[in-house]
Amino acid sequence: MSRHWPNRSLMIGAALVLVFISGGMVSLLWTPYAIDGVDIPNKMLMPSAAHWLGTDHLGRDILSMIMVGAQTSIAVAVLAVGIGMGVGIPLGLWAAARAGGWLDEVIMRGNDLVFAFPSLVIAILITAVFGPGAVNAIIAIGIFNIPVFARLTRGAALSLWRRDFVLAARVSGKSGLRISAEHILPNITSLLIVQGTIQFSLGILAEAGLSYVGLGAQPPIPSWGRMLAESQTLVSLAPQLALIPGLAIVLTVLGLNLMGDGLRDMLDPRIRAER
Amino acid sequence: MSLLQVNHLSVAIHAHPVLQDISLNVDAGEIVALTGESGSGKSMTSLAVMGLLPRGAQAKGQIMLDGTDLLAQSEAQLCGLRGRAMGMIFQEPMTALNPVQTIGDQVAETILVHEKTPRAVAQDCAAAMLARVGLPGDRFPLSRYPHELSGGQRQRVGLAMAIALRPRLLIADEPTTALDVTTQAQILGLLKELVADFGMGLLLITHDLAVVGSIADRVVVMQKGRVVEAGPTATLLAAPAHPYTRMLFAASRHRVDLPSPPLPKPLLEVRQVVRDYRVRRGMLGRAARFRAVDDVSFTLQRGERLGLVGESGCGKSTLTRAILGLEQVQGGTITLEGEPVWTGARANRGVRRKMQVVFQDPYGSFNPRHRVDRLITEPFHLLDRPPTGPDRQDAIAEALTSVGLSPADAGKFIHEFSGGQRQRIAIARALIIKPALIVFDEAVSALDVSVRAQVLDLLADLCRRYPLSYLFISHDLTVVRSITDRVMVMQAGKIVEAGATEAVFSAPQHPYTRALIAAAPRLPDIARPLIHA
Repeated sequence: MSRHWPNRSLMIGAALVLVFISGGMVSLLWTPYAIDGVDIPNKMLMPSAAHWLGTDHLGRDILSMIMVGAQTSIAVAVLAVGIGMGVGIPLGLWAAARAGGWLDEVIMRGNDLVFAFPSLVIAILITAVFGPGAVNAIIAIGIFNIPVFARLTRGAALSLWRRDFVLAARVSGKSGLRISAEHILPNITSLLIVQGTIQFSLGILAEAGLSYVGLGAQPPIPSWGRMLAESQTLVSLAPQLALIPGLAIVLTVLGLNLMGDGLRDMLDPRIRAER
Repeated sequence: MSLLQVNHLSVAIHAHPVLQDISLNVDAGEIVALTGESGSGKSMTSLAVMGLLPRGAQAKGQIMLDGTDLLAQSEAQLCGLRGRAMGMIFQEPMTALNPVQTIGDQVAETILVHEKTPRAVAQDCAAAMLARVGLPGDRFPLSRYPHELSGGQRQRVGLAMAIALRPRLLIADEPTTALDVTTQAQILGLLKELVADFGMGLLLITHDLAVVGSIADRVVVMQKGRVVEAGPTATLLAAPAHPYTRMLFAASRHRVDLPSPPLPKPLLEVRQVVRDYRVRRGMLGRAARFRAVDDVSFTLQRGERLGLVGESGCGKSTLTRAILGLEQVQGGTITLEGEPVWTGARANRGVRRKMQVVFQDPYGSFNPRHRVDRLITEPFHLLDRPPTGPDRQDAIAEALTSVGLSPADAGKFIHEFSGGQRQRIAIARALIIKPALIVFDEAVSALDVSVRAQVLDLLADLCRRYPLSYLFISHDLTVVRSITDRVMVMQAGKIVEAGATEAVFSAPQHPYTRALIAAAPRLPDIARPLIHA
């Protein structure tokens, strides 16, 4: 049974993530109700046929808000991971190619510096300077992702640089850049993809956290984190208002983590060989 | 009755048979060598005896140790026997020891696992055992860590752990394969002594027939999971009966016929080369210098096959990297056909395209994600106008054909080839730009003897067909003797002796060369007419 498990976790994870992604996609064209449709008489309704997930304290349809919120969460996380990979991977490759040199030292100590700040502190710093908003949240989470990918890439690349096939490429006069692109990167792709899914789920959590403290997407753009924050005072009155966005976050993150696990097992040739 | 008696042992992993009907026995005080090429099942046999078979393995038959059937024991019972009744030492002494524990603790630990003794008593036993294996406490205190010891010393620690409780049976899996020849001779001598002193039975697993000849009382030869021949060493070496055994002997002592080299004309000139490394102790410690290559000078003539031998850490790898232009030297010059390998701060491209290299590890030398055509055309990067289209296809086909592979192999991935075939592909990669010089860095050391003989034949054949010059770096004296015209011996960064290969081997001048040659285990001379069974 354990033999089939990796694939199963990949399938379940992908299905969960797909549900939220398609919800977000559909919300671009259509939502059951307008998300800015304030309807005070119908506030805090329990789930019903008209409002599948009920309404919030302003009478807005929660399903619609979750769908649009998925858009925000996923967009922020994707772009943040994109920044992390786009900057972190080249930096890591570069540092590994110059391992032991001053450039390696500069890149890695720079990384340590970023790593030393909790992401929330960076986010507060950025929003203090540029003002709160989704774009600044993306930048803040993205910056936090850079050292993660830079370190991972450098570590994996370093062990490959010691391999004979890289030495053979050097004997063939290939430059560090070319060896990194041709030999190093393709051999660490699976590792990076897996880390990508994990960072993606952390990105969703971070976006929710930032929105919760009011530094993420600003009203009226719905966001899971802010839905949680707004429902906080009403939690004894209408617990579903907090539970629903909370569940959305939990299920997306769970889905992404399952996907990461499944991908790692699928892409790791050692595990693949055992099957 | 024998100490260890294996009767009709068969092992299958996931219903795939790996051992079939193995029978052998080891008496107390006896050394039995289990030999064969990779995949013959010799290590699997030893794992079966230790009860350490991989998951999914099913063993049938009988393994009797001192009257106990090991196959009938539970895991808990086996744990009680491992270490106490049977000990084991491994090939790689660095990975077999825990790097964060002191050697004293590690040896004491094996005692404490099995016996309720106070730690201080166990430490005393450990000290005595370490002294017995040649690591006396005054020079090697118990507080040493594995990384502070040399490979041979680490293997001694492994041995002390294995014999700490005086097991009746010791299993040694390629215990000297990772060691230099002089160290190997010492460890083999020590094993022999311990067997005699303790009255242990030793099951020695080795692929090296010369080691077998120098130490074993009896030999068991395995091939593809079966025992093909067994008998007392002297009898078996004098008259091997099975064709496979004969082939192993022939391949081990394989000599190739090299064509005579052309008139000397300097190709590679190395003059007073010095290469230092900075070693820093701790983050703020003062930098010290370690001289890896110390004032080395030599000339390699066009068409010459030059050997370079020496033990690990002697500087041969550093020298190779300097010649290949992978590292800059601090002093001296290296020129190929009069042109320097380094100009300014860069390696000279024009010179580099005249050199290629073949590495030791047939598995690590290739990017697993590329196909053979892409792998072997990598050196084309050095050409200003690399061939394209049909010219490229022709070059690939020619290179593959010249090493005995088929042009159709170009579309395959590297994992589809065996170790010997991979080494052929590595040679094809080196040949494809028709370099003036090829460096073979331990290029046949990882191969089985039969495959090694084929690759050496291929080299000799290539020498006849192309004007090939090469530098052949190896720790294996037999191979160097067979495949080179001239040889240099390197020790501690210096070349201590150089001369015509036969002259150096038959009448070594320098004491170090003599020590090396004396330490190398030799196959006893047996009747000649066993050519290629």
